[in-house]
Amino acid sequence: MTGTGRSLTGRILLVVLMAATVLPFVSLFVTALHPSGSYPSGLEWPSDPQWGNFARAFEVARLGEFLKSSVLIVLGVVPVSLLIATMAGFATGHLRMPGGRAVFLLFVLGLTLPFEGIITPLYFQVRDMGLLNTRWAIILPLIGLYMPFSVYWMRAHFVTMPHELSESARVDGVSTWQLFWRIHVPLAKPALSSLAILLFLWTWNQFLLAIVLVDEPAKRTMAGALGAFQGQWGTDIPLLCAGSLLILTPTLVVFLIFQRRFVSALLAGSLKG
Amino acid sequence: MTRSSNLVAAPPRPSTVVGPPARRRRRSRRTGWAGWLFVAPALIFYAVFVLRPIVLTVQYSFYDWNGIGASRWAGFGNYTKVFADPELYDSILHAFELILFFSGIPVLLGLAIAATIRRIATSRLALVARTVLFLPQVIPLVAAGIAWTWLLSATGVVNQLLSALGLGKVTKAWLGDSSTALPAVGVIGAWVLLGLCILLFLSGMSKIDPALYEAARIDGAGVVREFFAITVPGLRQEIGVCVTVTMIAALASFDIVYVSTQGGPGNATTVPGLEIYYLAFSQREVGPASALAVVLMVVVLAVVLPVQRISKEDKP
Repeated sequence: MTGTGRSLTGRILLVVLMAATVLPFVSLFVTALHPSGSYPSGLEWPSDPQWGNFARAFEVARLGEFLKSSVLIVLGVVPVSLLIATMAGFATGHLRMPGGRAVFLLFVLGLTLPFEGIITPLYFQVRDMGLLNTRWAIILPLIGLYMPFSVYWMRAHFVTMPHELSESARVDGVSTWQLFWRIHVPLAKPALSSLAILLFLWTWNQFLLAIVLVDEPAKRTMAGALGAFQGQWGTDIPLLCAGSLLILTPTLVVFLIFQRRFVSALLAGSLKG
Repeated sequence: MTRSSNLVAAPPRPSTVVGPPARRRRRSRRTGWAGWLFVAPALIFYAVFVLRPIVLTVQYSFYDWNGIGASRWAGFGNYTKVFADPELYDSILHAFELILFFSGIPVLLGLAIAATIRRIATSRLALVARTVLFLPQVIPLVAAGIAWTWLLSATGVVNQLLSALGLGKVTKAWLGDSSTALPAVGVIGAWVLLGLCILLFLSGMSKIDPALYEAARIDGAGVVREFFAITVPGLRQEIGVCVTVTMIAALASFDIVYVSTQGGPGNATTVPGLEIYYLAFSQREVGPASALAVVLMVVVLAVVLPVQRISKEDKP
């Protein structure tokens, strides 16, 4: 009796919770349909929905350029990060290299680092490298900043791999690189794909590096571009809402396609981090 | 070589997964340098783009520098400024106040909610909820900030709801009033983090032995006793994770504040990240910006390490 009572309470609670979660999205959507330049109040379905706002926002926000730029940045960051973090995780977690523990602890040191802590010297460093206002200004630092978590993550996978596996391959005369590339990387696929999802998401949504290191919104990440869009169109609420919705659509689509992997990756990611 | 091949050919004994120490020493000598080659690329990126900037931040924090001209030794002057200038130390206090919202609400409310919906955690509704509750984690914080700025505005949905509930008197521009702006920013953070905490707690609860709950029921324990005697101790690790993640999010907050209030009204919602950004890139005061950055990095470590230690201790 109390059991069914509690499960009903639970159901109601869940529905309320979901409503609170989607409320901001609904509000964005409804507001985006109001006439451009108006100042609509609260949640109110417009008498004459302006679907054209989305097309206009797409145009004035230059969304096509932003999408291309974000994809280029993700392609620059994620594959390289995955490869070098997997190599480092393999070495510190499986090869028992001398000094491996010290190197690993050095990486762990960076796990809680707030990006704001190093953004100032990073700016001057990137400037001296002549990379300011290029996509490299976001790509190269992000790879470095992702190393603590990525190495930690991949090492956690490699310490669970049995040593017999490598021993028997060694007997067959396999080099260390072949052992890594032919045997261990294929076995690490689940860990790798979760890490890939996390890195994609963090890169796509990266804001601070984008606004500090790149002035030109068309060379930024999606989140950085949204910041610039807000600065430019912040007074035209319906247009801002339409633009915001469009800008968060790509991640939403990717999330809905891969949602099961996403959820487990994010849960595991925060548990380990 | 023959010895190790004999070992491999022998049927594996469960206790020798790691192998005897003698063999380990031999192997490490053989693969030692290869190991360093494997670590090198990651280490180089990390050293150039993280370790070097950390060292430089510390170095800058002892100088007066505008980023262009000559720099001048300032000793601890920049640190004195951080703790003497109300605008700067207020930003640190604000970050701690945000912890109440970013950590307090998601962890406490999240625990209560997770405990309530534990029984229906495998229903179809709960599966849908799993996806929905994750949405705030997926979108850029900037987008969350923009959406909530609109919700919390004078004519926004929050006030509309309050009026509908007969609370029309308390409606206001929540982010524009210096007495409510910081809590309002906190609510945005709580919205972002609540779903993550609930799902972490639920996945932790699924690992608690159901027999414990059975036993508690037979002993006549009520819902509340059950919660404190079984659920909370069983979730120790998950609670530690949520507290850590949310506290870092609060102390290092930037995106949400930047788009929703930009530190205003007045200085009511400045946070260290925002002050560092303004000092370094608008006011060209690299020294104080770096001193504040060092303080921020130390504060984060000082707050996170004890939590890690408590939650990783062996369960009683």
